[in-house]
Amino acid sequence: MELNASLALLRPEIILTFSALGLLLVAAWREQAGRLISILAVTALGAAAAFVVTAMMNATDASAFDGLLINDAFGNFSKILIFIAAAIALMIAPRFLENAGAMRAEYPVLILLSCIGMAVMVSATDLISLYIGLELQGLSAYVLASFVRSDGRSAEAGLKYFVLGALASGMLLFGASLVYGFAGSTSFAAIGAAMDKEVGLGLIFGIVFILSGLAFKISAAPFHMWTPDVYEGAPTPVTAFFASAPKVAAIALTIRIVLEAFGSQILVWQQIIIAVALMSIIIGAVGAIGQQNLKRLMAYSSINNVGFILIGLATGTEHGISAMLVYLVIYVAMTLGSFICLMQLKDKNGGYREEFVDIAGLSKTRPALAAALAIFMFSLAGIPPLFGFWGKLVVFNATVAAGLLPLAVIGITASVIGAFYYLKVVKVMYFDDAADVIIESDDKVLVWTGGLLAAANSPLGYFAIPALGVWTAYAARALF
Amino acid sequence: MNAADIPILSIMLAIPVVAAALCLFVRAELARIIALSATLLNLVLGVVLWISYDPAGAQWQFTESATLFGPIGWRLGIDGISLTLIMLSVFLMPICIGASWTSIQKRVGEYMAAFLLMETLMIGVFAAQDLLLFYIFFEAGLIPMYLIIGIWGGQDRIYASYKFFLYTLLGSLVMLIAMLWMIQFAGTADIPTLLNTDFPAEAQTWLWFAFFASFAVKMPMWPVHTWLPDAHVQAPTAGSVILAGVLLKMGGYGFLRFSLPMFPEASAYFIPLVFGLSMVAVVYTSLVALVQHDMKKLIAYSSVAHMAIVTVGLFTFNQQGIEGAIIVMLSHGLVSGALFLCVGVIYDRLHTREISRYGGLSVNMPKYALLFMLFTMASVGLPGTSGFVGEFLSLAGAYKVSTWATFIATTGIILGAGYMLYLYRRIAFGPQVNADAAAMSDVNGREMWLLAPIAVVVLWMGVYPETFLAPIRRDVATIVERVERAAPAGDSKLKLVDPTTARYRVMHHTEKNMAEGSHK
Repeated sequence: MELNASLALLRPEIILTFSALGLLLVAAWREQAGRLISILAVTALGAAAAFVVTAMMNATDASAFDGLLINDAFGNFSKILIFIAAAIALMIAPRFLENAGAMRAEYPVLILLSCIGMAVMVSATDLISLYIGLELQGLSAYVLASFVRSDGRSAEAGLKYFVLGALASGMLLFGASLVYGFAGSTSFAAIGAAMDKEVGLGLIFGIVFILSGLAFKISAAPFHMWTPDVYEGAPTPVTAFFASAPKVAAIALTIRIVLEAFGSQILVWQQIIIAVALMSIIIGAVGAIGQQNLKRLMAYSSINNVGFILIGLATGTEHGISAMLVYLVIYVAMTLGSFICLMQLKDKNGGYREEFVDIAGLSKTRPALAAALAIFMFSLAGIPPLFGFWGKLVVFNATVAAGLLPLAVIGITASVIGAFYYLKVVKVMYFDDAADVIIESDDKVLVWTGGLLAAANSPLGYFAIPALGVWTAYAARALF
Repeated sequence: MNAADIPILSIMLAIPVVAAALCLFVRAELARIIALSATLLNLVLGVVLWISYDPAGAQWQFTESATLFGPIGWRLGIDGISLTLIMLSVFLMPICIGASWTSIQKRVGEYMAAFLLMETLMIGVFAAQDLLLFYIFFEAGLIPMYLIIGIWGGQDRIYASYKFFLYTLLGSLVMLIAMLWMIQFAGTADIPTLLNTDFPAEAQTWLWFAFFASFAVKMPMWPVHTWLPDAHVQAPTAGSVILAGVLLKMGGYGFLRFSLPMFPEASAYFIPLVFGLSMVAVVYTSLVALVQHDMKKLIAYSSVAHMAIVTVGLFTFNQQGIEGAIIVMLSHGLVSGALFLCVGVIYDRLHTREISRYGGLSVNMPKYALLFMLFTMASVGLPGTSGFVGEFLSLAGAYKVSTWATFIATTGIILGAGYMLYLYRRIAFGPQVNADAAAMSDVNGREMWLLAPIAVVVLWMGVYPETFLAPIRRDVATIVERVERAAPAGDSKLKLVDPTTARYRVMHHTEKNMAEGSHK
């Protein structure tokens, strides 16, 4: 009976697992059925998301498998966001991969497996289940990064990601073992209880190592070095996926472990989070300035954005967490939209372009694409009236409410540096003479998803503020 | 009065947005016509607004409120000060569109769309009654202006557009943090409520600084004015008009709406800072203007000097000074806009802003010379033009606070006469040394239609300023009353006697008698 109840709570993950395995079988027989399998995978994600939404509506806050996993509003909210991002990553990929000669059936299967890993990550309440989820996601991601086997850069990206990812996993495990040793348990609740009394040096070491490992996963400075290389080398749809879903999962995981396991000792981790957040903002902004490759630029942009998201965590308040979730939703929309725009940069020989020189004067030759990319850039820079502004606003509002004024002032001032390179993209597209290498996109999926995301980031997005506020507040409440 | 029932402010905000969207999809000729009709329609609505505004009525009129965007309240409403600045914006917009009619030939639809969006954002800044909504309108103006300077600007347009954007952004972001703090402190973002919230004195200091950082850049005050000459010189004519005409007024409006009534103690505390910077600005930028070779740069520096008179007037804490500052803002909006248009007229013919390339234009362009003369005089502050009224009032107000600051700020008027008359002499008088300049044709019908309305209003404001003072008087009195408790003592020790009354004569007579009597 107990097992049945636990399994019932894991319905979305089970659906995804069986779909992934089933589709793997199909793939074994029909190597060329990549498109069909992608569609089926999207359907599976939709079905899983439907179960998550139902669970969220019913507000069941229940533990499964003796506290290994939890089914709560926070996890469910993150899962919905992850599934949507993964579904978009699946939809935009087929034509790109076909052009690269790599549209194989494993792509959707790997994305599904990665989604299972992420679903486990966001609902883990134990160091063991956390690690299992993280590795399932990570291993799928390493393969995805090198998915275009014929491309040297892609293979290099996969290898780099794997080696550095393994290092980070090692650090995380080392930290986990220290925490286990000093707290006497791997369960978040028990660690939290042990930390209520006093925190010795061993536990602090454990916390630092765990946070370092997680900082790698969310590509926060100073563990960000892999990001530009992997983002540049991986096929663009995969990069779009990396920048969205896994980031949501890793950030949600960080939030949960920090609050549930280390929550009582805010002074121990708060300074780490503040340092990491500010470093990410500044390194992300400064590092992007010299970039010529747009995907590398987006990598630095994602480092920069993670910094802003972590500022919400530094507050350690319910208000701050809901602000982070708002920012995450908007960030996913902005970053997916930007990559969708980049995927449309195709020259007349069918090759994909990704350098600054290629988008020179894009507003003259492809006005709609340039306008969409400009919307995403201004939104990422947080300039009102675009929707990205709202994400920054709620995060800084939470910071001010928590009394961390210096952090708010430094963070927001540093965002001016970031604005510089976002402006550069707009400048190249609008002010420079047309290079005229980019042809009209023939991929309707990209045009439509890009257009919808651009509309969501335009001032129209403000109409979503009330609903977004209610849902994120509901999700954040589950942690307190 | 049923004008209050229809959401006239929302309609004024919506018209340019709709027109902007249309402009993006039509060919150039149609885009021009759409833009002109939309701005004229807004001008008509602005006149309706002005006529139905009741100076004796409620402080906030035409109020609207909707909760569409969660914490960002769609709350609009205007008082007399907002009204005059909205009028300025809707009055200058059709002129800007007209000024770009022939000079802009590439990407006309996008150009018109950018200008129409600017109009919405300007009206929004002056009409917003929610702190966050204000911030969004205030900051959003950066995007269209960045594009206007960057796409349709001159040689160094890219440097200028970056400088404009990043400078202003950096100034504003700290203000955002201060706003968030205020909203948490007061529990509301409603501006009328915040206007009557007493913030603790120690918090006021840094809140004031945060707002000052933003408004001083926008204003612009010395030493953060350096973006202005670059932006002005590189922007297309209409861009300069809107920049000088309205965008600079946002800084002054911000001081008036936020800094003074919300932080009276801090404002009083920082009077020496504001006066000090303003005094430097008046003298320094006037001297810089004197040696410019580029017409637009000269006018840009003169803007900084005029804006310094505005800041002096605003921080006098008395009715005269603040009223004067508002009139200087309105007058400068019209006059500097008109001067940029005048530069545009000859720039369109000769494609250079170099002063020495012109000369003796009064011979071949008499109508132009006349209009240019009028605006030059208005800029100098000749009695009978709008410039005089504002400068006189604000300096008279400043005299009550600091005689020294007034003395130095007044030298700005003399220096102003110096550089403006020198500019006029080099352009309109003297021998016609350049053959191509001598061959230029006089202002045509379109240019006449742009300049004549401004000329009329400039004279109107100079001869009968009461029209413009009436709507703002009560609102300025409200601010003065609000800041009364922190008002500085002043060093001029004026006696409040009215020389026209019998009391004055009696008083002086008795004083004389008493003085004489004591000698006996």
